[in-house]
Amino acid sequence: MSTLVYINSSNGIGKAALEVVSYAKKLGNDVVVVANGNADEASLASLGEYGASKVMVDRSVEGDSQQVTRMIASAAEATGASTVIFSHDLTAKSVAPRLSVRMKAGLVSGAVAVPEGNTVKVNVFSGKAFGHVKINTDKKIISLLPNSIQPEGGGSACSVEDFASNAGDSSIKVLETKKPEGEIPLPEAELVVSAGRGLKGPENWGMVEELASELGAATACSRPVADIGWRPHHEHVGQTGVAIRPNLYIAAGISGAIQHLAGVNGSKVIVVVNTDAEAPFFKAADYGIVGDAFEVLPRLTEAVKKFKSSN
Amino acid sequence: MKLLVCISKSPDTTSKISFTEGNSKFDENGVQYIVNPYDEWYALVRALELKEAGGGTVTICTVGSVADDSVIRKALAIGADAAVRIDAEPTDAYYTAMQIAEYAKANEFDLVLTGKETINYNGSQVGGMLAEALDVPFISLASKLDVNGSTATVETEIAGGVQVCEVSIPAVISCAKGMAEQRIPNMRGIMAARTKPLTVVAPADIQALTSFENYDLPPAKAACKMIDPENMDELVSLLHNEAKVI
Ligand SMILES: Cc1cc2nc3c(=O)[nH]c(=O)nc-3n(C[C@H](O)[C@H](O)[C@H](O)COP(=O)(O)OP(=O)(O)OC[C@H]3O[C@@H](n4cnc5c(N)ncnc54)[C@H](O)[C@@H]3O)c2cc1C
Repeated sequence: MSTLVYINSSNGIGKAALEVVSYAKKLGNDVVVVANGNADEASLASLGEYGASKVMVDRSVEGDSQQVTRMIASAAEATGASTVIFSHDLTAKSVAPRLSVRMKAGLVSGAVAVPEGNTVKVNVFSGKAFGHVKINTDKKIISLLPNSIQPEGGGSACSVEDFASNAGDSSIKVLETKKPEGEIPLPEAELVVSAGRGLKGPENWGMVEELASELGAATACSRPVADIGWRPHHEHVGQTGVAIRPNLYIAAGISGAIQHLAGVNGSKVIVVVNTDAEAPFFKAADYGIVGDAFEVLPRLTEAVKKFKSSN
Repeated sequence: MKLLVCISKSPDTTSKISFTEGNSKFDENGVQYIVNPYDEWYALVRALELKEAGGGTVTICTVGSVADDSVIRKALAIGADAAVRIDAEPTDAYYTAMQIAEYAKANEFDLVLTGKETINYNGSQVGGMLAEALDVPFISLASKLDVNGSTATVETEIAGGVQVCEVSIPAVISCAKGMAEQRIPNMRGIMAARTKPLTVVAPADIQALTSFENYDLPPAKAACKMIDPENMDELVSLLHNEAKVI
């Protein structure tokens, strides 16, 4: 028996890929990776260090969910795998449901822990609760939320094989791809600096970006800030935006409305900066600073600089 | 163009989340149900805009019981032409998607729109499952959608950016922020919704693949440690030594 892990390597091999391979290893069976994308052979082989025994790669397959679904289904057939693991990212959201229908395999998405028997713990109610979902089929698909487990290395590199999956043609024609350079994708970020309407206007985001860049953090914002157009929509976190669970979430000038908290309360540590000591966010925070973000953020940036130069 | 919009109910975003019956069921006591925001704000409103621009019909579809009719009427008040309720408990995403697929196959829609996920189960599953069952392309998390003849142009979120692509219809598209602006139903819409057709369809014989066994709530947070706004060195040192996150 083996467990199949799907990895889209078109942006290289990131931390999320290491997490899913380590997760699959914990299920106890032989771990085979099926990948598309253009990561080089050495980085694919390095997945062996996290528990993969083999990587099968079909570089001809692009992002179309129909093609990727066919590719994974044919890899599952070739390896006899009964369980398929995804990282719960944008590709998984389009491919895993298709694969569930194709393989008639029960799908659990948003897993946060290793299964106990056939039951998997997931995030529900936008982070306000956990559910325990039982998969009632022999074939299973689990899509793991990023930052839920630590990658565990220590093994040795594995073999990488070309895999002709016969995934067919794509029915989707890509016209244009826009990727801002150097930004850390929010759902994968370990550190996040976020700001809300308390910052008064888009011209004041420099201090947010400076702190983020000093920490190596991604930036986020509250919903009204994205709605007014101060910040791009993909930075909007919360119940109706992106749900994140970084190690550190710093929120400045955000009141902490229930809908905002829903998307960030999976964060390990929350720091809140607000002029209003009564702001609801302090109830969800680990560290609180009652103060003006316009003074506190630059001061924090300086403190981080000082810390980095002395460590 | 014939548009189908899949609608789910979800608890109002301010609902207190708690569970009953040995933590096996969501406690609906005092909970107000709304149309899942992604389904309403983005999928439904964009479908209406496409119809207004190019003609056609917008049908909404939900899998649920008679208790969900009030949520369906809310969506009709925003402007859909007709509603279909498949009369069954939506036990899991597969069961739900296969029910809608049966209906969609029999009624040949040009485009099927869903929200990107529900705010209660956050599965992001129904749209993709539906697309596979209908054997049509699926584009998830679309932030823009236009249709020209038999081609849809879609902007969609990809890792670290956005992509613009073209796909032939029929297709299934899940809708996220950017797609449209929220519409508040007016009095006329609310009145009209009362008499719009709501067809109840018997469910097909489908087996769910998964089941929710029970739930639990995250552990309560310890009290927040307050830090002097003048002393950010202390915060940095706590984040490093105590919280160990930097
Ligand atoms: C259905 C629904 C879904 C929603 N989904 C989301 C969601 O996904 N995400 C989300 O964020 N919101 C969401 N909201 C909106 C949410 O209810 C709040 O309105 C929103 O989060 C408030 O944003 P804010 O905290 O930036 O602004 P405000 O509520 O205006 O708060 C600004 C805060 O900044 C503080 N402040 C002011 N000046 C300073 C200063 N100089 N320094 C420090 N602090 C200062 C103020 O004390 C205040 O606490 C949703 C609402 C609804 C109804």
